[in-house]
Order: sequence, then structure tokens, then C-alpha cells
Amino acid sequence: MALKIVKGSIDRMFDKNLQDLVRGIRNHKEDEAKYISTCIDEIKQELKQDNIAVKANAVCKLTYLQMLGYDVSWAAFNIVEVMSSSKFTYKRIGYLAASQCFHESTDVIMLTTNQIRKDLSSPNQYDTGVALTGLSCFVTPDLARDLANDIMTLMSHTKPYIRKKAVLIMYKVFLKYPESLRPAFPRLKEKLEDPDPGVQSAAVNVICELARRNPKNYLSLAPLFFKLMTSSTNNWVLIKIIKLFGALTPLEPRLGKKLIEPLTNLIHSTSAMSLLYECVNTVIAVLISLSSGMPNHSASIQVMKYLGLLAMSKILKTHPKSVQSHKDLILQCLDDKDESIRLRALDLLYGMVSKKNLMEIVKKLMLHVDKAEGTTYRDELLTKIIDICSQSNYQYITNFEWYISILVELTRLEGTRHGHLIASQMLDVAIRVKAIRAFAVAQMATLLDNAHLLTGNMQRNGICEVLYAAAWICGEFSEHLENPMQTLEAMLRPKVATLPGHIQAVYVQNAAKLFATVLKSQEGNTDSTAAQETSQLMIDRLPLFVQSANLEVQERASCILQLVKYIQKLQQKDVEVAEEVNALFAGELNPVAPKAQKKVPVPEGLDLDAWINEPPSESESEDEQPKAIFAKEEPKHSRPRHTEVDEKELARRREVRKQEQANNPFYIKASPSSQKVYQDTPGVEHIPVVQIDLSVPLKVPGLPMSDQYVKLEEERRQKERAEKKKKVKKNRKEKRSGRGKKHDSGPESEEDITPAHLVDIVTEEMPEVCWSCYSQKQHSNCLSLCFGFPRPLADSEKLPVRSHRAAEALKSPVEDGDARSAAIQEPKKKSSKEKREKKKDKDRDRKVKLKYFFENYVPFILKIALPSVYLVDETMLFSPIKVYDIQGNLQDGSQVVVSVIFENKCDSFLKSMEFNVLDSLNTKLQRPEGSGPHDGLAVPFQLPPGVSNEAQFVFTVQSIVMPQKLKGTLTFIVKNEDSSTHEKLDFKLHFTCTSYLITTPCYSDAFAKLLESGDLKSSSVRLEGVNMPFHHLLARICFHHHFSVVERIDSCASMYSRSVQGHHVCLLVKTAGQTVNVDAKCDEPTLLGNVLDEIKQTFSQC
Amino acid sequence: MMRFMLLFSRQGKLRLQKWYTATAERDKKKMVRELMQIVLARKPKMCSFLEWRDLKIVYKRYASLYFCCAIEEQDNELITLEIIHRFVELLDKYFGSVCELDIIFNFEKAYFILDEFLMGGEIQDTSKKSVLKAIEQADLLQEEDEPPRSVLEEMGLA
Repeated sequence: MALKIVKGSIDRMFDKNLQDLVRGIRNHKEDEAKYISTCIDEIKQELKQDNIAVKANAVCKLTYLQMLGYDVSWAAFNIVEVMSSSKFTYKRIGYLAASQCFHESTDVIMLTTNQIRKDLSSPNQYDTGVALTGLSCFVTPDLARDLANDIMTLMSHTKPYIRKKAVLIMYKVFLKYPESLRPAFPRLKEKLEDPDPGVQSAAVNVICELARRNPKNYLSLAPLFFKLMTSSTNNWVLIKIIKLFGALTPLEPRLGKKLIEPLTNLIHSTSAMSLLYECVNTVIAVLISLSSGMPNHSASIQVMKYLGLLAMSKILKTHPKSVQSHKDLILQCLDDKDESIRLRALDLLYGMVSKKNLMEIVKKLMLHVDKAEGTTYRDELLTKIIDICSQSNYQYITNFEWYISILVELTRLEGTRHGHLIASQMLDVAIRVKAIRAFAVAQMATLLDNAHLLTGNMQRNGICEVLYAAAWICGEFSEHLENPMQTLEAMLRPKVATLPGHIQAVYVQNAAKLFATVLKSQEGNTDSTAAQETSQLMIDRLPLFVQSANLEVQERASCILQLVKYIQKLQQKDVEVAEEVNALFAGELNPVAPKAQKKVPVPEGLDLDAWINEPPSESESEDEQPKAIFAKEEPKHSRPRHTEVDEKELARRREVRKQEQANNPFYIKASPSSQKVYQDTPGVEHIPVVQIDLSVPLKVPGLPMSDQYVKLEEERRQKERAEKKKKVKKNRKEKRSGRGKKHDSGPESEEDITPAHLVDIVTEEMPEVCWSCYSQKQHSNCLSLCFGFPRPLADSEKLPVRSHRAAEALKSPVEDGDARSAAIQEPKKKSSKEKREKKKDKDRDRKVKLKYFFENYVPFILKIALPSVYLVDETMLFSPIKVYDIQGNLQDGSQVVVSVIFENKCDSFLKSMEFNVLDSLNTKLQRPEGSGPHDGLAVPFQLPPGVSNEAQFVFTVQSIVMPQKLKGTLTFIVKNEDSSTHEKLDFKLHFTCTSYLITTPCYSDAFAKLLESGDLKSSSVRLEGVNMPFHHLLARICFHHHFSVVERIDSCASMYSRSVQGHHVCLLVKTAGQTVNVDAKCDEPTLLGNVLDEIKQTFSQC
Repeated sequence: MMRFMLLFSRQGKLRLQKWYTATAERDKKKMVRELMQIVLARKPKMCSFLEWRDLKIVYKRYASLYFCCAIEEQDNELITLEIIHRFVELLDKYFGSVCELDIIFNFEKAYFILDEFLMGGEIQDTSKKSVLKAIEQADLLQEEDEPPRSVLEEMGLA
């Protein structure tokens, strides 16, 4: 027996162990199969032995061979034998082999039940563990049924190591034996709150898997999971929980809302991509399941949608292609009820357009424009459409006829604020895309014809701005007009007079251009009456505009009227005038880059500052020959100016321009040389412009439908493609080398789509176009003005200049007022000849003083007087000025009473005065009930010459912490013996913060208490160079800023005031020499800051 | 739930396979062959995921070894990558900078580690420490009842 043991042991020494087997296999690469078959024979021998160690070794080797793909099912019973070894080493190998080799149809499994049960209840936790691990791989329904109870007991084992394995294996048991679920579930639920994180995560895993199969049963666990989700920091667990919620939310939509916050927190805070991915996944899953059939609970979807769009817009910046594929989805979002989602979607669309999809996207947007409710959204749509189309220099537009049609369609929008936007697009396209002009002109003519459709509610309707563009385009490119006469008549209809002034002005000017064109065509005919009739039409209609209240319109109309009258005279003498009239408007406009001027070098020896003519001596008043200028004005432009402009004017203008240069950083010097070049070359044909012949001459009657162009464009592209294909074929034939089918018929790429028209870009940069200049065509003399316009008026420009015509491109309320007054003063001047001598010198003074007059009014006092302030008499101008006062109303914290003194300083009778102020959000003029928010208030008196009277106006103010300036207008009728004119005067109302303060006495103890309370914010200001006695200083503050002195000790004083809304303002004023320190406290820091600024300003003026 | 995990070399030699659902040998072989072909054909820069039959395959290559897991449709691919990585870390800790040969010669150890980490296709313990501790303890237990060899030696001497 002993020998037998020894023999067995010795045999074993020569047995191959696993390492030997592996090595052997590696050494027999050529005849692996043969080697392995001998090994298997050896293993079979080993398995026949009684020694369990030998058997275990054999089983281990078999497991390896099994992995290599050899059938080991014949050894199943031996595996069971090894499994049942009492030694952990062998048991471990046995279970491993079982887990690798056994499956449900392995019949020996039935024999293992008892063995496994024994192992499960083993005192050694690793025995139990190994058994559980093995069982998890080969559990059968029978095993599950028989062992379910034992495993359930193990779920409450003392060792977490066993608990977690037991919990995990329960899932397998449930799958094989579902009946076990009900009794086991309570215990499983308990494990969710197991103190050991491993067990907890195992429980989460199992329940999560279960819930995915049948979520309904697990809804009750939602609160528990919610708690886990917000408390757990284990990403592995979190992922499972989030997945679980993804399964639960479709059943309980309220969950979705609750989840948003923790999910967003996780998304923002986690650095683990896997967790982030799961969150997003769940969000999307929830989104999809919710949107299908849960219409009631849409709030969370909306949030998700919004977030999704937001995320897309972020992606768009870096990966536009990936977002473009979701175009349809995004377009769908435009249908959303929620405006903020629609706006987001719009934002996205902007970045998504390409040449290929532009038309489609815009078509969809146009549909939405029609459907859209609410002007804000509609306006937003409109601006987006224009933004989308015009972005990067019309990069994506391939057919400009389509674009013009879109613009024309947009004009049908009612109540939009963006008329000017459409207008500027029309102008831009018409000017820069030469090929489109004929089409654009035809469309614009239709617009003008149907102007009454656009101008339903004239004043409030921004859309009438497009008429501005329409009129200009028709006038400028009138040679393309089919029936210029008809358009001319449309432009001279009486109804035009109801349009805003600047549009009327363009109408008048362009009517003249049209007139020229019409004349040209009519003079060719032998019948001269037609031409005369046209002139007569002009003469009949223009007076309507001459009476206009708008200076610009009036001026142009009277110019042109005189011109036409003159032409008519010539016509009656049978003189051919058409050519000369046309010369007025000859020359073509071309876009110019803003920096183009800079590129023209200043010729050597040219001193731009040097006088060309002798500086003006004196005398020669600028207000001579007032009438003549009007008549000569127009022809002047077409000829070189130098000879005609009087020296005085030139010098003055140069002065103005120099000032302007100094004041305006954007000013580009207009060198005389460049002007010369401009005039020498007739037209500007030398600028290369690509002309492209159109292949789309489809004529669309009436208002165009952009849709037609979508189709046309398709056809055009197809044609192009076909042509290209032909070309490719040709090339291929020539080449004959069949290297590849590169260009076959794949989808057409971006670059393949060639635009139908070219955008005319003269230089690489877009011109900063100044429309007012284009429309007036004053190339020679307003060159300097149009660059950099608009900008704030320089002081010098506020001068009431006689020759305001030179600066007519500049329009501002102030200047309007100035110019008007200049007109008024004319008759008077003749009577004050003796003063003329002095006037020249005073010009400068007046400039300064006027500036003072308009801007530097002392806080809370504003001066206003009627037109006569511009009269020559200086003493009159600044003699005892009528003040008007802004005073808060203590009873009502939001009311301020403004007293205005009106003084008539001219010789005429003034009546029907109307006082009107442009309300701001904060400050509004109180108007009687029933009147509109823009109506003026009638001043309740009339003013004979030299009389003054006071009127009070009540304003409501919301916030008093900031100073405010309001613009206002005073309209009135000036009545002379023979005539009366309607005039207006612009002014500004300055509401300082001081004017909201009310002098309130305060006792020193109350004052001290107030300072101690600590509610007040402090601030301080230092005044330098104040040269006055201290009590004067205090009196000044008291008087100008409504403070009262609380206490005064030597060179130190405390002061107090209260605002109408109850803010306390405390000052501590200290003086040392010429320096005054003001420390201040107030419960409203903004108010305090502004009051201090105003105090500082008061003292800077003395 | 993970369906199975495979480890195979670049040469297409299977080094480890773990099936969490009972599958017939024949099917196993077929699936392994098919998958190995697909995965090995993929270029290094390609992404680690692919869809195969009704499963999602997540794989990652470490040196010459491919770790390849099959998961169900709703499972998280990224967390599966994490699992693979965690398993590699565990092997690395246990063997001390693991190489393919370690796994070949100690394949049963590799299985034991995997069994402590995953069970029934679910993560058993997310803590590296506790997994390694369980393995060490079990190994200790194994060494305790390893005496036969010393007895043999005694007897051989005797």
C-alpha cells in the first residue's frame, strides 16, 4: 500500500502540470494536434487515478484545452469529482472547469445540487464564494429552484463578500426561476441600503437589470434611487441608477422634471465621460419616450429641447457638418409653441445654411413668417432671413432674382420694425449685383405702383422704408424701366405726401431722375407735346412737396420745380434739352471700399492745409444773394465747382472740414487729386466688373413668388450638372486612362454650385455705404462728409450757417432747427444792416455760446427761448434768461413738475404752440386721458412779440437714480401780416438727479442716528481750486442742489437732503485751502454718484 | 449585462473566454472565430465599438492582447471600456506588470481574478482593493492545503 502511494507520487512527479502543457504546445507548433491528442490520452490516464491532486491537475489542463477549442465534455463527471474535493485548491479548479464547460444540457449538473448546497453553507467564505461564482455561470432552472432559498439566506450573510455575490447571483436565479422574485424582492430592496458599498452597488445592478425588463414594478423604488443618485459618488453605481431612471421616466413623467436638476448637475460636474454619456443618453431616451404620447407633460421636454438646441449651437461652431444633418429636426422646432425654442432654432439655422439648402431653408422660414403670431417673433424671423441670406457677402446666394423676390415678399409683413433693413438689402443688392438691376427695377416699380398696400398705417409702419429703396432704385437705374412714365406718376401721387420726410425727399429727387429719362425717350419722338406734358405733370405735382414741412423735401422740391419750369420754357422754344437734363444725373455709382481713399497717395508738394485762395478778408457777408443759389444749385453739381463757389464759402467750408477732421477719428482725407481723377474719367467704367448673362428671363407679373425660383434654380443646377458631366466625359475620352470613376454622378458638392450672378466687390472689403450720399449723388462736394457718417455732430457744425446747403448731407434735429431759424431771420436782417459789420467777428463767439446754450446749462436750470435767439443782437440773446425749473413733487414720489417759460423774441405773433417730448422708458410726459403716447400738449396761451409766459408740465419718473435727457419738439405757427408758417424747434430737457432732491431740514441727532444705522453706502469727491468763502460754498450747494445744513463747525459742515422717493443723502463737507472734500452717504449708491458728479460740475463752472 | 468576455492575441489565439450566459460549445466556437476576425481586421485608429448581431462589442487592445466584451443593447459602452481597463489594472497589480505570457501560464489565476471582479456579467465590486484582497485571501487558503508536495519530498527522501 505504501509502495502504491509512493509509486503514485513518483508517477506524479513525471506528470505534466499546466505549465508543462502550455510550454509543450508552444514547442510543437508544427504538429500541435498530434501533441494535444497525446496529452489528452495522458489526461485520461490521470483522471483514472484515485489521487485527487492528480485529477485536479488533469482537470486544470482540460480547462485550458477547452479554451483552445477541444471538446472536454466527456470529463464532466471528473469535473464534478474535483468540485466536491474538500480542499479549496481543488474545489476552485473544479468550479472553474465547471463554469467554463457546463451548460444547461450538461446532464451531470443534476448531481451537483447537493454539493453546491453544501459549499454554500460552508464555514469558509471562499468555498461559498467559489460555489456562487461557478453557479452564476451554469445555473439551470432546476438548480435555481432548488437553491433559491439557500442563496436568499446568503443575502443576509455576515460577510459582505458573500452578500454581494449572493445578491448578484439572484438575478440569474430570477431569470431561470421567476417565481423566486416575489419572496426575494423585499430582501433585495433592503440591500439597496446595505452599509457595504459593494453590496449596495450589486443590489443597484440587479434591480436596474430587472427594471429594464419590466419598469412598472419598480416605480415605488424611485424615491430611494433618487436619494442614492444625489448622495452616491460612485460613478459605476450612478450610471446604473441613471439608466434605471431612463426606464422609469416614461411611466412617471413627473420624474422627468425632478431629474433635470441632478442630471444637469452631474453633466456639468462629472469628469467621467462614461457618466456624462449615460446622462445624455438618458436625457435623450426620456425625451423620445415622452414626446411620443405624453402631451400633457411637456415642460420637461421643452427644457430638453432647448438644451439640445443649445448644445447643438455649441457643436455648430466647431463641427458645422454634423449639425447640418439635423436640419429637418431643427426646422421642426420652428413649429414649437415655445418662442425661446424657436429663437434658438433660428440661431442654429443661421450657421447651417449652404448654397444647396439656402433656398429650402428660407422657403420654410417664409412659411413661418406667414404663420407667426406676435410681431417680435416675426421681426426676429425677418432679420434672421436677411442675416442668413446676406451673411459673408451673399456667399450662399446663387440666384439673386430669388433673393429680390424674397425681399419683396417680406414687404407684405405688416407692422414690422425692420423696413429699413429690407430697404438697405434691396439697395445693396441692386447696386452691387449689376446683372440683377433690370429685374430689381421692375420689381421696385411694381412696389411703387402698389405703394398704398404697404402704407396702411403710415407713421407707425416701418415697412414704408422700403419705398425709400424702391424709389431710389427706380430713379437711379431708370434706364431699365419698362414704363418710366407710369412709375413717375406713381411717385408723384398726392398720397406720397403722407410718407415720412426722408422718403419724400428721395421720391422728389428720383422723380427728377425719372423725368430726365422720360424726356430722353420722348424727345426722340417727333411729337414734342408728350415731353411738354411730362414737364407739365412735374410742375403740377411738385408744389405739393414744396409745401412740405420737411426741410429736405421742401428744398429739393423747390429746386427741381424751378429746374423743370426752366426746362419747360426751353421746350416751348423747341430746344432739345433731354441730353443736358440727363447730364445732371450722369455717371455710375460703384461701391467703394472704406479704405480705398487711403490708397490714393497724396501727390508731392501738395499741402492739404494750405489756402487755395486768399483767406477771406472780411465784409462779404455770407447771407447775400439768398435766392439765386436755389436756382443755380442743381446744375452746379455736374460741372467743376471751383469757378463758381465763392471764395468765402470755400474758406469757410475748409474751416469746417478741418474741424471735422480734428474731431472725427474716422475721417478719411479727401485729397483734391482724387477728386480730380474722379472728374476726369467719365463714369467709372475702368473698375472691372464681371457681367454675367442671365439664363432666367422668366417674367413674373405682379408681386413675385420666390418659390418659382426654387424650381428654376433646381433646373439650372441640373443643367449645369449635365453640362459638367458632358465635360467630364469629354475629358475622359481624351485621356482614355481609366484611372478611376472619380466624378461620376455622386451628389453635387458645395463648390459645384456656381452662383447665377456675381456680387460686385470692387475691393476685398465691403464699402461702408452712406446711402444719403448715394441718393443725392453729390460726389464732388460731400465726399468728405459721407465717409464716417453718421457720427455725432461736431460743435462747429452746429453753427447756424448761411450756406447750410453745403452740409445738407448732415441732418440732425439741432441743425434742422438752426437752418429753419436762419430762414426766419432773413427778413429781419435787412432791417438791421448796421449790425452786419460786427457780425462776422461774432461768429466765433456765437459758436461757443451756442454750444453753451445747448449743452452746458447749469444743473436743474435749463434755458429755452423761441427762435429769435439766433438774432444778431447778442445782448438780447443772453440777456436775463427765462429759466425753467424742474422740481420734484413731494406728494407723489414719481412725479416731477417742469416749469417752462416761453418768450417770444421775434417780431411775429406766435400761436398754436404744441409742446411734445419723446418719452423714455423711465420718464414720461403726462398727457391728458384719451391722447396717444406720442401726442403733443397744447400750450395754453399765445405769444405776441416780446411777451413771455410760463407753462407747467408734469412728468412721471420711475427711477430717479440716474440723470436723464429727453428730446423734445415745440411746434408753433408764426403769423405775420401777410402769411403764416408752421415751424418747429427742437430742445432737450435735462433731468438732473439734483432736481429729484428736496430740501428737507434735519436735526443733528437724527442725522447722527442715520449715519450710525449703517444702511448707507459712502462715496466721496474732491473739488480742487474752489476759490470762495466756505459759507458761499455751502450756500451754493444748498441753492443748486437742494441741501440743508445740519451743523457747521469751522471749515467743516454736515448737510442733508432727501429725494422724492425717500432716499437720504448726507454730506460732510470739509475745506482746506482751495481744496474741498465732500464725503457723502446715501442708501442708493447710483443716485449718490450722480449727485456728486453734479456738485462737481457746479463747482467746475465757477 | 455583459454576455461574454474574450481575450485573444494579435495572432488570433484565444487566451481567455468567459461566458456569462450558458452557450453551447459549437456556438461559442463560431462566435469567437467570427468576432476575432472582425476585431483583428480593424485599424488601430478606429473606434472601440461595433455592433454585432444584437450585441454591442467593446474592445480594446493592450500590447498584443485584445480584450473584447459583448454587451447588450442598453448597456453603456464607455463603462464597459472602464471595466476592461479595470480588469487590466487588476491583472497588472496581481502579476506585477502583466504580460501575455502571465495570462497564458496562469490562466486559471486570470479567471479567478475575473470572477472576483465580475459575476454573472455584472460588476461585483468596483473597488480594486477589495477584489485583490479577496484573491490574496483565497490564494493563502490554497497554499495552506498545498502540503502534499512536501510530504512527497519527505517520502522520496525516505
